[in-house]
Amino acid sequence: MVSYITRRILYSIPVLVASSFISFVFVSLAGDPLANLRANPRTNSPQILNHLKHVYHLDQSVFVRYWYWVESVFTQKLGVSLLTSQPIWPDITRALGHTLQIVLLAQVIALFLGVAVGIFSAIRQYSVFDYTFTTVSFLGYAMPTFWLALILQIIFVDIYLKWHVRIFYTSGLNSGVISSTWSLDRLQHIALPVITLTVVSFALYSRYMRASMLDVINSDYVRTARAKGLPERLVIFRHVFRNALIPIVTVSALQFGALLGGAIVTETIFTLDGMGYYFLNRLQASDVYAVMAYLMIVAISVITFNLIADVLYGFLDPRIRYD
Amino acid sequence: MTEPTTSIDVAPPAALVDGIPAGIQLDSIAAQGLELKARSQWSYARRRFLRHKLAMIGLFGLVVIFGAGAAANYVAPYTFDQIDLTNVLHAPSSVGHHFFGTDEIGRDYLSRVIYGIRTSEQVGLVVAVVSSIFGLIFGAIAGYYRGWVDNLMMRVTDLVLTLPVLVTLLTVAALLGGGSQWTITFILVGFFWTPIARVVRGVFLSLREKEYVEAARAVGAGDFRIMFRHMLPNTLGPVIVNGTLAVADAIITEAFLSFLGEGIKPPTPSLGSLVAGGQQYPQKWWLSVLPGLVLVLIVICVNFVGDGLRDALDPQQRRVRA
Repeated sequence: MVSYITRRILYSIPVLVASSFISFVFVSLAGDPLANLRANPRTNSPQILNHLKHVYHLDQSVFVRYWYWVESVFTQKLGVSLLTSQPIWPDITRALGHTLQIVLLAQVIALFLGVAVGIFSAIRQYSVFDYTFTTVSFLGYAMPTFWLALILQIIFVDIYLKWHVRIFYTSGLNSGVISSTWSLDRLQHIALPVITLTVVSFALYSRYMRASMLDVINSDYVRTARAKGLPERLVIFRHVFRNALIPIVTVSALQFGALLGGAIVTETIFTLDGMGYYFLNRLQASDVYAVMAYLMIVAISVITFNLIADVLYGFLDPRIRYD
Repeated sequence: MTEPTTSIDVAPPAALVDGIPAGIQLDSIAAQGLELKARSQWSYARRRFLRHKLAMIGLFGLVVIFGAGAAANYVAPYTFDQIDLTNVLHAPSSVGHHFFGTDEIGRDYLSRVIYGIRTSEQVGLVVAVVSSIFGLIFGAIAGYYRGWVDNLMMRVTDLVLTLPVLVTLLTVAALLGGGSQWTITFILVGFFWTPIARVVRGVFLSLREKEYVEAARAVGAGDFRIMFRHMLPNTLGPVIVNGTLAVADAIITEAFLSFLGEGIKPPTPSLGSLVAGGQQYPQKWWLSVLPGLVLVLIVICVNFVGDGLRDALDPQQRRVRA
């Protein structure tokens, strides 16, 4: 197992290097970081622009620029933005913190609901309960996230304007003064993004849970357990439920890794200072180093959680061997 | 014989002679007064598909929605850019046939949605068809020859896997400037062919060891003939299913890009940019709700059709009902 993990980590290093280089080329070709300065020729003479170009290595080839970036990642904690001269680390960790809070909440709620609904749907297959929730999760799956988020926003803006009741805020992280991470004010702000992400993940988890429960319920050892006279409750929770959880563990680890990159759409709609919002903002400003820092964090989190998913899978299901 | 026209369903075995299973004596069947009707796997699949209720509902929905989009010039009550400043942000009503209301400069929203469907539908269909063909050819070559083509492809997909598709899409869209419908289509094809190629590669890897491939090689068939005449029909099932689902995926992804302002630029309406435009007027609910609803309907219908096709074409695959 240890050698498997080591091998996977070693293998992911060249993948990271290659993907960082490719995205560096893309991102640096995507926009002109000096566009804002260039737009104002009076204060920024061609000499100044040329000087800046030289200072920021923009007159060098993309390989050289990549190398400068790699250097700054290791010497300056993910580097200093060329655009704003601000260090990237504090900004991106703050954004990551906010994303983490939302994603964790949404994932925990979605997992509990999804697993519970999946179990009952499978036990009472083709019942009203089953049909209701399979329809709900099908809808949740078919709905584009941005549409769901917008509808929630419309509803709560309307409620506020009609009755002047503030149930949930529809944008930002806190009202005025900066509030602590778990204050009521903060929860009122993040409720809608959390609901959005919960619906999306719930649709996924309940479908998976139902399918894998049905898969296990029809297996031979469950028939054996029933035949030897175990009470149905024990059959379901000791024999079926535990084995049916295995795919969910994998799926949720992957989903979590992907969501750490921020739900770009959700964060944009609710103007939340999270990872996805940060990324889109910096991409549109062609802030190459900031975008690259984001992409690297996302890539590392995806790789890490993929690995965690695989290891957990082998741990939970001893039939799977890694060699 | 009371029923002289009774037909016998004969599931075709491997060898067919002129569409009729080898080894069946036509004369003896004719002598019994029975009509022999050979059914290919495709006709079985067609029958299974036509009997799939949800798939038929989905197909009907798609025909209506995509038909309206395709015939936008005739169906839409107005053109998508007809401005009427005396009739701005009008709620949906039957007055002046503004069933979906009007937008901030008085354009008829129903017409804009219909033209939006046309854009989204073109993107979805072209992306699905082109990336299926491309993925089919690439996957077939990789799975058949294995070797470096295969290796290269697997490494490329590994690379794509490390970065979330949407993030990479946004970056590439920013690089290519987005804007035009065809640029977006091109970018989407670049991402959509890989999963299809992987599926085809997987099937080809197992098929190339089959006896009938060996037999074809033994009688002197060339690689090209073996791949596309003998093996290809056995991979078409999963490819058609994947291609169908890719239509919905591509439409949603285009909507996502347009929503974030990196997709199709105005004045061409697409469903995503219409939803995005409505964001500025949260109290005028119809501006974002209605085009989004059309998107949801398209996705649901495509999924129904896709499920039906899977059940029809790929009967071994266990059904996991959504």
